Amino acid sequence: MMPDVQEFLQIDAPALLAAVLACAACALVGNFLVLRRQGMMGDAVSHAILPGIVGGFLVAGTRETLPMMLGALAAAALAGLLIEAVRRLGRLESGAAMGVVFTVMFAAGVVMIEQASAGGIDLDADCVLYGQLETILWLAPTGWASLADPAVWAALPREVLTLAAVFALCVALVGLFYKELKITTFDPALASTLGIPAGLFHYGVVLLVAATAIAAFEAVGSILVIAMLIAPPAAARLLTDRLAAQILLSVALGVLAALVGYGAAAFGPMLLGASHSLNAAGMIAVASGLILALAVLFGPRHGLLGRRRAVGRLRAAPGFVAPEAQKP
Amino acid sequence: MQYLWRTPGSRTAPEEASPIGPPPLEIRGLTVAYHRRPVLWNVDYAAPPGGLIAVVGPNGAGKSTLIKACLGLVPSVSGSVEVFGRPIAKQRRLIGYVPQRESVDWDFPVSALDVVAMGRYGKIGWFRPVTRAHKEAALHALERVGMADFAKRQIGQLSGGQQQRVFLARALAQEAQLYFMDEPFAGVDAATERAVLQVLRDLDAAGRTVICVHHDLQTVSDYFDHALLLNTRVVAQGPVARVMTPDLLSRTYGGRPMPAPAALGAFGAEAS
Repeated sequence: MMPDVQEFLQIDAPALLAAVLACAACALVGNFLVLRRQGMMGDAVSHAILPGIVGGFLVAGTRETLPMMLGALAAAALAGLLIEAVRRLGRLESGAAMGVVFTVMFAAGVVMIEQASAGGIDLDADCVLYGQLETILWLAPTGWASLADPAVWAALPREVLTLAAVFALCVALVGLFYKELKITTFDPALASTLGIPAGLFHYGVVLLVAATAIAAFEAVGSILVIAMLIAPPAAARLLTDRLAAQILLSVALGVLAALVGYGAAAFGPMLLGASHSLNAAGMIAVASGLILALAVLFGPRHGLLGRRRAVGRLRAAPGFVAPEAQKP
Repeated sequence: MQYLWRTPGSRTAPEEASPIGPPPLEIRGLTVAYHRRPVLWNVDYAAPPGGLIAVVGPNGAGKSTLIKACLGLVPSVSGSVEVFGRPIAKQRRLIGYVPQRESVDWDFPVSALDVVAMGRYGKIGWFRPVTRAHKEAALHALERVGMADFAKRQIGQLSGGQQQRVFLARALAQEAQLYFMDEPFAGVDAATERAVLQVLRDLDAAGRTVICVHHDLQTVSDYFDHALLLNTRVVAQGPVARVMTPDLLSRTYGGRPMPAPAALGAFGAEAS
């Protein structure tokens, strides 16, 4: 029943690592999108970078990370400018402007992919949506003992290394600028009067989201990126009223979703006797959705059941007169 | 390292306020426009040192915009603003700000103490954590507005008046010389109104200057020493006894009916 150790280390471990790192990084930066009420921005960025990724690929002709990353960053910057232009010139609210820009840019990316694959180049639209978690392989380890060899770790797949670097960058930036991120998110006007550049932090958050989305995109696909930017922070918000706790909790929930989702996708069907496995990125997104649903139901203060209990306590308190009883 | 944004050269210590020095706030020829429509037109104003000043005018007169333009939060078309004789970017540590309560998201996952501690960030600077001394200063500011018992409470669990007092405590924690407050009395309960008024009087007694957007004409004369009547342009400015006249008010409010003189002050006499 259980897959052997070598198979696990070569196939499941790198995919799991990539999924865990992608989810943790997305959840971490997603907190600031959710708190700034800019959840839509994650959606917009992760779609709008597609033409940049395809462009970088076509120009460089390889699947190296750097040209795709540069292309995607250029596309993210272009998207930012276009959203602002549409908002100002079209006098639209920013959600509408984002909706127009990111769908158009995503469509342009899909057209570019179709044209490119007609020319015999290996890129397809499916991997953009679902990622390629299953194709991330780590051929170096042969068993548990081989993990002691540094050369084995040096041979970690490129996707995993990129994600690890981006996650480390997110942790470092959020750690260094925690105080400033907190005040520019809560009260940008006060921050400005104190000399903290609130506008710069706004663009910094968007850029960090873009960088995270780009790194995660290739491995886990755009659906998972969007889910992971929003669902773990939103669930964590329902479980605590403290910002630091929310951030730590959101990363933990992101990791949990990755483990549960990947486990369910890789081993679930096998346990049920089926021979195929499910799409891992899809299952991780489902797991994060389930975690959010549980938080909505059972959150201590903000959850539906918690609120009901609070009302129940209030009704049981001495001196309480039900509103319906007050009517003449 | 202090927050020095756009002014990397200004490492000299800010000047202390002195009675014979430059005025706390001096505005010259300030014009602000939204979509080419002027909101403030050629505003000149010099605030007297150490006073409570009300900015009074009808809706859309540019009262909040005046404060925001002074703080550099909205761009001005022309004109200059100086705080104690120097541009505002060099005097940030001398300025305290109480925005309108509706300007922030009160669902934000922070406690009252966290919000008040934000008033200390200008003194803390980049890359440094909020130390115990700063937390104690924040707690002391909460005590001054009667909110010490709510320090650990998430801000969304506070009443509107309590939230207003948290904002006021945050400004106190800034330990500024010149305060800008945008409608601190708007929609608050009686206890908060008393607390805000007490804080204003303490600041006044300590020689600070407070510039308040104020909407309640009936309390202006009781709460404030000076008034600035504003309707896009400055209509009048000076001690309340001289400018809070039916004639000047009627010019400020564009000839709309004014409260009868008897009503002026009756409400405030009760509150003070």
